[in-house]
Amino acid sequence: MQTVFERTPGLTDAILHYCPGCTHGIIHRLVAETLDELDATGRAVGIAPVGCAVMAYNYFSCDMVQAAHGRAPAVATGLKRARPDCVVFTYQGDGDLAAIGTAETVHAAARGENITVIFVNNAIYGMTGGQMAPTTIPGQVTQTSPYGRDTSVAGYPLRVCEFLATVDGVAYAERVSVDNVSHVRAAKKAIRRAFETQLAGRGFSLVEVLSTCPTNWGLDPVRALSWLRENMIPYYPLGVYKDREKDAAHGEVTGDA
Amino acid sequence: MTEKVLMKGNEAIAEAAIQAGCRFFFGYPITPQTEVAAYMARRMPKVDGLYLQAESEIAAINMVIGASAAGRRAMTSSSSPGIALKSEGLSYLAGCDLPAVIINIQRGGPGLGGIQPSQADYFHATRGAGHGDFHMIVLAPNSVQEMVDLTHAAFDLADRYRMTAMILADGILGQMMEPVSLSKPDAPDLPPKDWATTGTGGARPHNIINSLFLQPEELERTNFKRYDLYARIETHEARHEAFMLDDAEIVVAAYGACARIAKNAILAARSRGIRAGLLRPVTLWPFPKKAFAAAADTARAFVTVEMSMGQMIEDVELAIRCRRPVALCKRVGGMVPTPEEILSKIEEIAGGVR
Repeated sequence: MQTVFERTPGLTDAILHYCPGCTHGIIHRLVAETLDELDATGRAVGIAPVGCAVMAYNYFSCDMVQAAHGRAPAVATGLKRARPDCVVFTYQGDGDLAAIGTAETVHAAARGENITVIFVNNAIYGMTGGQMAPTTIPGQVTQTSPYGRDTSVAGYPLRVCEFLATVDGVAYAERVSVDNVSHVRAAKKAIRRAFETQLAGRGFSLVEVLSTCPTNWGLDPVRALSWLRENMIPYYPLGVYKDREKDAAHGEVTGDA
Repeated sequence: MTEKVLMKGNEAIAEAAIQAGCRFFFGYPITPQTEVAAYMARRMPKVDGLYLQAESEIAAINMVIGASAAGRRAMTSSSSPGIALKSEGLSYLAGCDLPAVIINIQRGGPGLGGIQPSQADYFHATRGAGHGDFHMIVLAPNSVQEMVDLTHAAFDLADRYRMTAMILADGILGQMMEPVSLSKPDAPDLPPKDWATTGTGGARPHNIINSLFLQPEELERTNFKRYDLYARIETHEARHEAFMLDDAEIVVAAYGACARIAKNAILAARSRGIRAGLLRPVTLWPFPKKAFAAAADTARAFVTVEMSMGQMIEDVELAIRCRRPVALCKRVGGMVPTPEEILSKIEEIAGGVR
């Protein structure tokens, strides 16, 4: 029998625990494939978050550390500084990265830590059962915004790529989505660019991946993909928010480039 | 005997850590420990090490976690309110079985408290350093020399047992200068860090550093295993100093700066015919229970001298199973007990039990 598709070695044989239709599986695959293609899996160390991806340490075949909620960028900082030859990445959700871990994220970025952050934004706290996240969009119904996110009470979502693009230490920031095949391909390209940025020693790289949560959005997997397209992408526009090297090549004024 | 140099306690800790092979220090300013960070910022670049100033105490200890996970000797230091912020990280260090050295140069509390010396973090260090069941090895120096010696020991203990070793000192010890010898004993044989996350190199299964165990049976097993280790540490690592203890009727229990002050009171008591002695825990966890139990066989009464509202007194009472009365001589809020205050407490007790 001819093998036409197989597991990439960067992933273990463990069965993913994610809900049907959740796009974490796609994102795991893209990260692992990229590390394999860059021949970096053997020197990669991943930092797992608290949240749905907490058990990422079982799924990536590289060395893994599980961090406290929001602290992955600080753990990654210590690890990368201690082992500069390692390829260090964090894999974090929106609550982890943009609420409880905002300080760790912003300051790792400001220091220009030579790490890669995979930021999975699904606009909700998934693991705990669907509460309002820092990226829950206005009007979105969650367990703790049962009448829809009211910005007069709960304030506004954070657009992470937009504000991190203003931080001088950031070398690369791009927002992608995995709601269709062409977006998945673009996401792969962005993740590769982020790891290449680290391998070239250029500093902090982040890829924000818009992702679905069918279970907590109360939608079937197909409708969840549509909801992402129709509601999240307009609020969180896709694109490269910063690529210091390319921006410099084009003569644009970006930070300390 | 090597040459002695005059050093401040906080700086002595920093130099001792570098001697012990620590090349990764993550700091955040807080009085009265800032000299540790300042010294590290000066020295680390000279020894190819790293001083990195974190955005918070929380980030600093998580950077320690990262460097330790990478198999390196790493340290952070702070003072009481900052140590409270590190509690989350201390719990994760325990849950992940990672070695680390943490310095607490205590100041008065609760809340922002004050910036003068205190011993009010005894409970935190020995009982409640974070959520969940765990211990840290807690070392309590009482001189600048011991700041050096116990910092050396802390790194070896942390690596041997894969856990946190804390130096619990106070603003007096951190700020005072004394002549110290910086000679370092030979490194003991320590287990290899084959658990570290340094990249598989494609040559071994992946290492995972983790404190999550969703199956209760498994989580119980990890806790039981860790407490078996703690039992061995209690057997082998308890340290104390005895001073005029052999014939003591009144045993003064004190650690750190209080123990030095207590020695003057004991000498004064002896000159007045009261047989007083000092039992100084050098390790607060494991607490030197056996030494206290033995002292209780012959002593009539105990008095603990603490810069807290009475925290170590509970360990003394437990260690002697409340067989003898235990009094408390205390000053708090940055106030330091005087030899006279301790002496009058000793006299009061001696009168009471005669």
